[in-house]
Amino acid sequence: MEIAIIKYNAGNVQSVMYALDRIGMKYQWTDDEKVIQSADKVIFPGVGEASTAMAYLREKGLDQLIPSLKQPVLATCIGMQLLCKDSEENNTTCMGVFDVPVKRFVSADLKIPHVGWNSIQASGENVLMEGLKKEEYVYFVHSFYAPINTYTSAICDYAQPFSAMLQKDNFYAAQFHAEISGVAGQKIIQNFLAL
Amino acid sequence: MLTKRIIPCLDIKEGRTVKGTNFVDLRDAGDPVELGALYAEQGADELVFLDITATVDNRKTLVNLVREVARHVNIPFTVGGGISSIEDVSALLNAGADKVSINSSAVRRPELIDELALQFGSQCIIVAIDTRFVEGNDWVHTHGGRKITEIQTIAWAKEVESRGAGEILLTSMDADGTKSGFANDLTSRISSQSSIPIIASGGAGSMEHFYEVFTEGKADAGLAASIFHFKEIEIIELKKYLANKGIPMRIY
Repeated sequence: MEIAIIKYNAGNVQSVMYALDRIGMKYQWTDDEKVIQSADKVIFPGVGEASTAMAYLREKGLDQLIPSLKQPVLATCIGMQLLCKDSEENNTTCMGVFDVPVKRFVSADLKIPHVGWNSIQASGENVLMEGLKKEEYVYFVHSFYAPINTYTSAICDYAQPFSAMLQKDNFYAAQFHAEISGVAGQKIIQNFLAL
Repeated sequence: MLTKRIIPCLDIKEGRTVKGTNFVDLRDAGDPVELGALYAEQGADELVFLDITATVDNRKTLVNLVREVARHVNIPFTVGGGISSIEDVSALLNAGADKVSINSSAVRRPELIDELALQFGSQCIIVAIDTRFVEGNDWVHTHGGRKITEIQTIAWAKEVESRGAGEILLTSMDADGTKSGFANDLTSRISSQSSIPIIASGGAGSMEHFYEVFTEGKADAGLAASIFHFKEIEIIELKKYLANKGIPMRIY
């Protein structure tokens, strides 16, 4: 199986690579359109700021390529937010695979960003959570969130319920960091690779 | 519900854990990778690796160690000790660390916090604050708590947050090593004024101490070293105890 990890200017991709190493998978870290297009699975990870990341993706033409992909795509953290319609983080227009806005957490009493292990519940059929408990703990670090919407496939609660995971056609997305979310995170990655 | 975090801390010297451990089920109790993986298996929510030698010579060893830990550990981990530049942070994050912790270098030059937050994002920058109560006030200390500064702890906590720290690791040098409980009063005052998470450290001696630091101390995470290394408290038992007392915990 060919796995492509999309290379762009958002950090912490190393943890994703090691997570794949741990389950014995080979991958390519690439921004080459042909390699990405022909891969069996595409992973779009990242930690970063939305407008800077989108500017880079546009410059490389990846903002056109990613939404057009037909194979299973897994987007995590900022990757998930970039697949939404737009983000309140510096008023950024994103790729719009999910027709959902990304909003900033606002809370008088809770700490922002949302950092740490929180529980998620599958919403409807969620193939990536197959074999997991109805409720699982995964690791989050973020200040922006996608509200609950028609594509929500897992729900988390912080300040209010929000989308922990999204799914539409071949696009799967997670707000949390599956790559460092222990056994549960590893299972989610394995389920994606088994699609 | 967002859980409170339990974080074992491993002191590293020349690539090996020091202070000793009491894990009979380890092949090599000095191997930080093996110990880290074991803690992860037992339910630790994060790990902190503190390089206590932190000399230039040891940097390469540390980077190699971070790479090995990242390969084998599937929970977030932080590396601290002697980090003073963008290059240091870059090398550690590229090797697979999720966060770095800075301490004396931030006291020497507070702008470093701004620079690191801008370059790497606040989420991976922890500022460690060593504090001691001297003549009626809490003062920031450096050099492993040996050297007093002219900075008050509460004010410094505010400043590091405004400069872009993502979390604060607060170690009470008064409580550290006493096993008589965390510095709950100070931790609570700092946590109440902060919108970033506070990791409390120093003084853990019993399971009840963790309960107190999460309730009275309003801490977001509790860190300890020797009580975990010497198996005085098993992480899984601690988490069950806290969950039974109503503290949100990740238990699987």
